Amino acid sequence: MAENTVALKAGAEKFDKIIEIRNVTKVFDDVTVVDDMSLSIKRGDFVTLLGPSGCGKTTLLRMIAGFETPTKGSIFLEKQDVTAIPPHKRPINTVFQKYALFPHLNVYNNIAFGLKLAKVDGEPKKDKKTGELKPTLRKYTKDEIRGKVERALKIVGLEGYGSRDVNSLSGGQQQRVAIARAIVLEPKVLLLDEPLGALDLKMRKEMQIELKNIHRNLGITFVYVTHDQEEALTMSDKIVVINDGVIQQIGTPKKIYDEPANAFVADFIGESNILSGTMIADFKVSFCDKIFECEDKGFAKNEKVDLVIRPEDIKLHKQGSGKSELQGKVISSVFKGTDYEMIVDTGMYEFTVQSTKEFPVDSLVEFSVEPNAIHIMKKLRTINTFITTVTGENTVEICGGDFEFDNSFGFEKGERVRVSVPFDKIELTDDEADGVIGGNIGQSYYKGAYYQVQVYTDDDRDFYLDTHDEWDIDDRVGIVIPPQGIIVEKYVETDEEEKTEETTEEVSGESE
Amino acid sequence: MKKRAFDKGIFAFPYMILSAIFIIFPLVLVLVYAFRGVDGKFTFDNFAQVFTNPTNYMLILKTIGIALITTAICLLIAYPVAFVLASSHFNKHTILALLFIIPMWMNFVLRMYALQSLLNMINVKDSFWAAIIGMVYDYLPFMLLPIYTSLVNMDKSYVEASRDLGGGDVQTFFRITFPLSVPGIISGILMVFMPTFSSYAITDILGGTEASVIGGKINTLFGERLTWGLGSALSFILLVIVIVVMVAGNLITRASNKAKSDAADNSIVGGRIR
Repeated sequence: MAENTVALKAGAEKFDKIIEIRNVTKVFDDVTVVDDMSLSIKRGDFVTLLGPSGCGKTTLLRMIAGFETPTKGSIFLEKQDVTAIPPHKRPINTVFQKYALFPHLNVYNNIAFGLKLAKVDGEPKKDKKTGELKPTLRKYTKDEIRGKVERALKIVGLEGYGSRDVNSLSGGQQQRVAIARAIVLEPKVLLLDEPLGALDLKMRKEMQIELKNIHRNLGITFVYVTHDQEEALTMSDKIVVINDGVIQQIGTPKKIYDEPANAFVADFIGESNILSGTMIADFKVSFCDKIFECEDKGFAKNEKVDLVIRPEDIKLHKQGSGKSELQGKVISSVFKGTDYEMIVDTGMYEFTVQSTKEFPVDSLVEFSVEPNAIHIMKKLRTINTFITTVTGENTVEICGGDFEFDNSFGFEKGERVRVSVPFDKIELTDDEADGVIGGNIGQSYYKGAYYQVQVYTDDDRDFYLDTHDEWDIDDRVGIVIPPQGIIVEKYVETDEEEKTEETTEEVSGESE
Repeated sequence: MKKRAFDKGIFAFPYMILSAIFIIFPLVLVLVYAFRGVDGKFTFDNFAQVFTNPTNYMLILKTIGIALITTAICLLIAYPVAFVLASSHFNKHTILALLFIIPMWMNFVLRMYALQSLLNMINVKDSFWAAIIGMVYDYLPFMLLPIYTSLVNMDKSYVEASRDLGGGDVQTFFRITFPLSVPGIISGILMVFMPTFSSYAITDILGGTEASVIGGKINTLFGERLTWGLGSALSFILLVIVIVVMVAGNLITRASNKAKSDAADNSIVGGRIR
């Protein structure tokens, strides 16, 4: 968040940041949906909150709108704390996911709804006693309302539709009415909650361009929520990638695409090859047993890293061209309209490659990658850490289960300890009963030769692990850890907070 | 795909037979008796007798009055309750809604005598208003349920949209929530008004002499005086009044149905005669 803090100081006087979210946490029934998020949004920007469903992006939007109150933290609008202000008093309007057009009102009255309620500055009145001019509030006149509604209808291209019944409109037209209804009040910020989700592909593309035009013409700040990465890349000035209630990366579409901060962002934004490698030295990375040049430096010698190569950045050559040492066999090829998408197996990793030139299935190819197309990321985590208690002679509690460990140091029952479990020491079993505890597969990324899997256990703590098997999301699995895979250390309680909080320690690098 | 061997309509046959025997046939009988003189010939005599007897007018007016007062009180009590029960805070607790339904599980006559004893305990004698209390007590769930259903099924995003556009709680209620619940209100009104109009048991038990209604008179004409022709004519007039109210109700529903609330589909119309 360093970038934002600096910008905040610079722009503070100019009111540059229209929205500031400070350390906001939202907990629903013991589930943390938004976890200590901080974010600031520049006036006039088109900002997209992007993430898979259930990542907390809609909750964050609803907190900005005022429909939810943060459990912790505060939200500022133009330097004013609006955390406790109800939605009808915020100069923010929302375009709802399913439009929420009032079914008993026609198009005109839907759009005029907010105007009829609005109070604007009227003629100042003279106080009879003191003679001072006092500001008054008045309602919009009928003519003013008509003028505003007609202008809004014109902006969204629905002139002459005022008297139509909202139920008789098509999805795209309803969408436009919803936008008109929200912008007619001239809000400072327009929130859009997956507004194009219900439209078909062609309509969606049209509305994307139109929304972008509306944004440009009105100049107000748009905060847009979507799970569609393509939509986010096309429309946004800035993208905020969110996963599991945590901001993964904030940046321009180009930056997010070219330099994803971690494996999650790389995987979520577009097709990509994510694999594991080792930094041999500055500007040299090894993967698939070959050494490649890259543009990154500053890693420890032989540090394990994740790396991303976009499918369109890989160049294929006929075997024997001598362009590259890395060879593979084409195992499938699909024509995708403008280019071919081929899967090339190198024996270590199956690369997805996009190229305008097709190589037939089963042909052997060599492939090269430009140094600037290899994007290197620090590995987010390699070890799970829990602060917990020894429960028996040689057992320790982890996520609600008693795991056996090698108690050669003689830890006593009830002693507080720090337990570390490396990602590659954890085994998953098909049958939950075969494991010490059970859990559900949360996420799975192919890292070249192995998968990195996140398992949600029943007591809400997560396990990360590396496995050769592919697991499906939401699969129920058992977790087994061999005794030699559990490292137990004495834990000295230093901090009040740590007594209660048991965390999976993040060996985080580049994440925000 | 296999071709369907028979029409789905066949499943409606049992009901059609039942309704022919127990609904259409009795109605025809009522009609026949209404136009049949003592000598067995076609006559308008029965109707003439009904219309020339001023006590009948009084009775019909009184019955309509009781039905209207009951319906109005039910609506006034049920709407706020339904609104509270349907709010997100309470609607997880089905038990609260159940509390209003449980009395319906008890025998109706028993309930009325229990109420009578209760009212006597607090010194309320059998009277017009005691009858109204009984009616309201008995028919409240029929008003509560349709309103509750229409409120609870209402898309919460309408309320949120209204608040988003600057509507406070009161404005949101009168401009959004209430208009969208009108179909539920109309169902409730019909479901209370129809049966209260034709019921006589409650007024018989609780009303004393003050609250005799048209239903009671029909009962007397059939049961005690055995003047079936007269009773049938009066029943027929009652039926016409009910049909008129029903059609009016449906017309209003259709008009407000342009609002196509999801909760609109329960405008059940029906009457219970007790």
